[in-house]
Amino acid sequence: MATTILNLPDDELIHPGNRACAGCGLSIIYRIGLKAIGRDTILVVPPSCLTVMQGLYPIAATQLPCLNVTFASTAAAATGVVAALKAQGRENTKVVAWAGDGGTSDIGIQALSGACERGEDFLYICYDNEAYMNTGVQRSGTTPQGVLTTTTPVIGKLQKSKNVPAIMAAHGLNYIATASASYPLDLYDKIKKAMGMPGTKYMHVHTPCPSGWGFDPRYSVKIGKLAVETGIFDLYEIENGEFRLTGPSKKLTPSKLKPVTEYFDTQSRFRALKEDQIASIQAGIHEKWDNY
Amino acid sequence: MHVIESGNVAAATGVKLARTQVIAAYPITPQTPLTEKLSEFVSKGQMTAQYIPVESEHSALSVCIAASSTGSRTFTATSANGLLYMSEQVHWASGARLPIVMCVVNRGVGAPWTVWNDHQDSISQRDTGWIQMHACDHQQILDTVLKAFMVAEKVSIPVMVCYDGYLLSHSYMPFEIPKQEDVDRFLPSFSSDCKLDPEHPLNQNTVTLPDVRPDIHGNMSPGYMEIRHNLQQDLICSLDVVKEVEDRFKGIFNRGGSPFIESYLCEDAEYVAVCMGSLSYQLRDVVDQLRNDGQKVGVAGVRLYRPFPNQAVIDAFSGKKGLVIFEKGISYGNQGPLFTDITSALYQVEERPFAHNYILGIGGREIKTQDLLDTFRKSIQSGRKNEIKTEWIGLKL
Ligand SMILES: Cc1ncc(C[n+]2csc(CCOP(=O)(O)OP(=O)(O)O)c2C)c(N)n1
Ligand code: SF4
Ligand SMILES: [Mg+2]
Repeated sequence: MATTILNLPDDELIHPGNRACAGCGLSIIYRIGLKAIGRDTILVVPPSCLTVMQGLYPIAATQLPCLNVTFASTAAAATGVVAALKAQGRENTKVVAWAGDGGTSDIGIQALSGACERGEDFLYICYDNEAYMNTGVQRSGTTPQGVLTTTTPVIGKLQKSKNVPAIMAAHGLNYIATASASYPLDLYDKIKKAMGMPGTKYMHVHTPCPSGWGFDPRYSVKIGKLAVETGIFDLYEIENGEFRLTGPSKKLTPSKLKPVTEYFDTQSRFRALKEDQIASIQAGIHEKWDNY
Repeated sequence: MHVIESGNVAAATGVKLARTQVIAAYPITPQTPLTEKLSEFVSKGQMTAQYIPVESEHSALSVCIAASSTGSRTFTATSANGLLYMSEQVHWASGARLPIVMCVVNRGVGAPWTVWNDHQDSISQRDTGWIQMHACDHQQILDTVLKAFMVAEKVSIPVMVCYDGYLLSHSYMPFEIPKQEDVDRFLPSFSSDCKLDPEHPLNQNTVTLPDVRPDIHGNMSPGYMEIRHNLQQDLICSLDVVKEVEDRFKGIFNRGGSPFIESYLCEDAEYVAVCMGSLSYQLRDVVDQLRNDGQKVGVAGVRLYRPFPNQAVIDAFSGKKGLVIFEKGISYGNQGPLFTDITSALYQVEERPFAHNYILGIGGREIKTQDLLDTFRKSIQSGRKNEIKTEWIGLKL
C-alpha cells in the first residue's frame, strides 16, 4: 500500500529550523526521508549542502547519530560503520549514506563502486541537484548538457550527464531506485522498501535547487514535477535486476510527455541552450521513452 | 611460545592478540604479507574480526575511521604511496581523535618507483597529529602493536607503528608470542563513550567555526582552534602515557623499558650515533668495533618520533661531545628531519654536543657497516662544530 499524507508518520527526525536555502529540495527529502529511515539508524554524510544544512558545531539539525566524513570516503565510511556494528552484534541498527551528486558521481565513485562490489549492507542515497552547490554551483558529472555553472560559463556544459543509477545497476545491486523531491511519498515508500532489503541499495533523488538552478524558491515542487512530466527525469525501480517505471512515470507514455522546453524555461541555468541542442535533447528523451 | 617468522607475521600476530574487531587494508609492497596473514587469520576463524578488503588505501583508513567512531578497535597497515594516498584520512583520524593503530612498513616514495626501504613515507606524515613509534626488531614489532593500542585508547589519538620494509618485514627472526591471557590482562577491551549510537545521537566532525560558540543551553563550545589545541596538549601528555604503558608492559611481559630512546653503550659515551629503526642495531656492530679501538661511543635509537621526546633527548645527549645523526629520510630543501628535531631540542642546553647529519639508505641503497664505521670515525676525528650541512653516504655519483 502506497503511503499517503494521512498515514505518513508524525514523528519528526529533524529539528525545526536549518541552514538550507528557502525552497531547497533537499530539505524536503531529508525531512521525509528520515521518517522512512527511522531512528535506529546511523547516517554518513560527506561535505555537501547537507553538511551545512545539518548545522554548525555545536548545533545539529538532525536527531540521528551522524558521521561527517571526507568527500571521497562516504561509501567506505558506511562500510566501516556496518562492520563495527556487526563486530559488536548491533546489527539491528541500520546505516544510511547520504551524499550529493558530486560526492557520488565524481570524487566518491571509487569507494561507492568498491562497497557495491563487496555488497556492503547499507542504503546509499544520492540527492542530485546536478552541480556542486555547496561550493557555489560548479559542474559535476551529473550536470545536464547545456547547463550554465560557474565552471561551465557562457556556453554551458558541453557533455551529457553521467547516468549513475545505470552504473550502479551494472554492479548488480538488489535494489536501485530513482525518486524526486517533488514526489516525497514515493520517495518515502522506496526508502522504506530499501531499508528492508539486504546488501547495498542505491537511490538517486532528483532535487531541485532554487539557488543553483535559478528559479524562484516557490517553484521547487513544480519544477521537480516538470522534470518527470517532460520525461527528462524518470522514476523507476530496479529490483533484483528487474526494471519498472513507478508512480507518475509509470502513467506517462511518449505521447503524453510535455515538451522539454516547459522545464527548461523555468530555470535560468538553461538559458544558454541553443535551438539545435534543445532539439537533440528532446529527441533523446523520445528515444529513451520509445524504448521503455 | 617462540617462533621464527617474518616481521609482517609478528605485526599480524600482535593485531590478532589485541582482539582487533575491524581490519581494513589494501595490499602494497612490503606491507602485503601482513594483510594476507590477517585475512588468513580471519578466514580460518583464528580471529573473529571483520576483515574488509577495500578497493584503496583511502578507503582502508575511511573504514577504520568509521568503525572506530562506531566503537570498535580497528587496524590498518600500509607503505609508501599507500600512506600518501590515505593522507587526507590520516589527518582526519587524529582530528577526530580516533584510537586507530596502523602499521607503516617503511618504504621510499615514488617517483621514480621504488619498493625498498627508507623512512620518507612516515616522515612525510609527521605533522598529522598521529603518534609515531618505530620498532627495531621483530619482537618490538609485535610488542609495539600491543602497546600502541593501549596508548591510542588512553589518549584517543591514533598510532603509527613504523618498521623497516624488507629489512624487518621480510626477514625471519625469532620472537616470543605472548600468551593470549597475558595480553588480555595487559589490554582491556575497547570501549568508547562517544561512539555513534542511535540511543545517544551525536553529530560527529561537524563544520566548526573559527570562534567559540554557545550550544542551545547557552554553554560555550570550543572552536576549531581549541579543538586543535587540545590535540597538541594531549599529544604532549601522551609522552607520560607512553612511559606508563611501557612500564605496565614490562611488568607483565618482562621486556622493553625504553619507549623514547633505546641506548646502547651510551652511558659513558662521548660520541653517540643517532637513528631510527633497524639501523640502530646495525650501528651496534660499529660501536663495538670503535669501542675495541678505545673510542667511547654509543648508539641511540629513537623509538618515539611523534610526540618528539624533547626531554629524553636532552637527558640522553647533553654533556656528550658529539652526535652523528644517520637518517633514511630528508626534508627536501633543508636537512634530515631527525637532525632538525634533535638539534632543536638541544638548543636550550648550555653544553651542546656538535651534531653531524648523514642521509643514507634512500630507496633501499645498501648500508654498509664499513661506511657507517668510516663516517662515524671521520665525524669524531673532525671534531667539527655544528655545521649545518647534510652529507649523503653511499652515493655513487
Ligand atoms: C577532497 C575535497 N575536495 C574538494 C572539497 C570541496 N567541496 C566541498 S563540498 C563540494 C561539492 C559538493 O557537491 P555535491 O556532492 O554535489 O553536493 P552539493 O553541495 O551539491 O549538495 C566540494 C567540491 C572537499 N571538501 N574535499
Ligand atoms: S544551494 Fe541548493 S541544495 Fe544547497 S541548500 Fe541551497 S537550495 Fe538546497
Ligand atoms: Mg550537488
